[in-house]
Amino acid sequence: MSNILTVRGIVVGHGNIPEGLLDAVRRIAGDQSEGLTAISNSGLSVEDLKIKLDAVSGSDPTIMFTDLLVGSCGIAAAYSCRNTTERIVVSGVNLPMLLEFIFHRDLPLNELAERVADTGREAIRCSSADI
Amino acid sequence: MAIILFRVDERLIHGQVVIGWGNQLRPDRYLVVDEKLALSDWEQDLYRLGAAGVEVQFVAPEVARENLEAWRLDTARSILLTREVSVMGRLAEGGLMIGEKVNLGGVHHGPGREEFLTYLHLTEDEISELEKMNLAGVEVTARDLPDTHRVSLETLLKSKWKYS
Repeated sequence: MSNILTVRGIVVGHGNIPEGLLDAVRRIAGDQSEGLTAISNSGLSVEDLKIKLDAVSGSDPTIMFTDLLVGSCGIAAAYSCRNTTERIVVSGVNLPMLLEFIFHRDLPLNELAERVADTGREAIRCSSADI
Repeated sequence: MAIILFRVDERLIHGQVVIGWGNQLRPDRYLVVDEKLALSDWEQDLYRLGAAGVEVQFVAPEVARENLEAWRLDTARSILLTREVSVMGRLAEGGLMIGEKVNLGGVHHGPGREEFLTYLHLTEDEISELEKMNLAGVEVTARDLPDTHRVSLETLLKSKWKYS
């Protein structure tokens, strides 16, 4: 499954959100959830978070899924993605966008980032009558 | 007094401050006192995104010292944030903050830091700085969110001493 061109995903968020989302992805998609890493902000400074994000990303093309646009996770991800074209932040992470991600990791980074953001947005509906 | 909260929090503008404190105190403005951020436009833009539409000013510590009195007299209600204890200490130097309260909100674990509360890790130098501020008439307490227990500096240091 792994291939040097596949995009890596990191879910970085508050408390148990990252591990919880990854657990849900594993339950739905099984082993295909490889390529996703959970990083919690618990007990970490912005600098420590950034160091972790840099270490997991390495030189791979990477999408950093954050729960909030800013806050410690969003800020750390923005620092980590600064001055590189190989990393992109997608904020407002939800389960549908992670499922879209794991099945399309072979797409080019920018295209995949747009695609998962669209999927995440489309998944949010207000009323059951809308479905 | 128009500076409604002085807070040390290394994450500066983030959920706890904007949602937790912001919803209760309803500030008109955040004053971020930080040498590095005062010079970095892109980082300022980033932090502004988190302020839920409230005005944010980024100022260097020395500029903040000059403006402190004007901010106090201003009708705009401000929350003043520093990343580091030392910067708050610098603001207080020369009696500029007598009668004020300083809230310790969040400093994470790091080299040379000891845990006092789950959200508060301090170095020896920072403890001395805080004690100095306390003696100079600034009331220092720790509290991460408005609804949580307020811990005075004295209690904080005593409890640590007891367990170490």
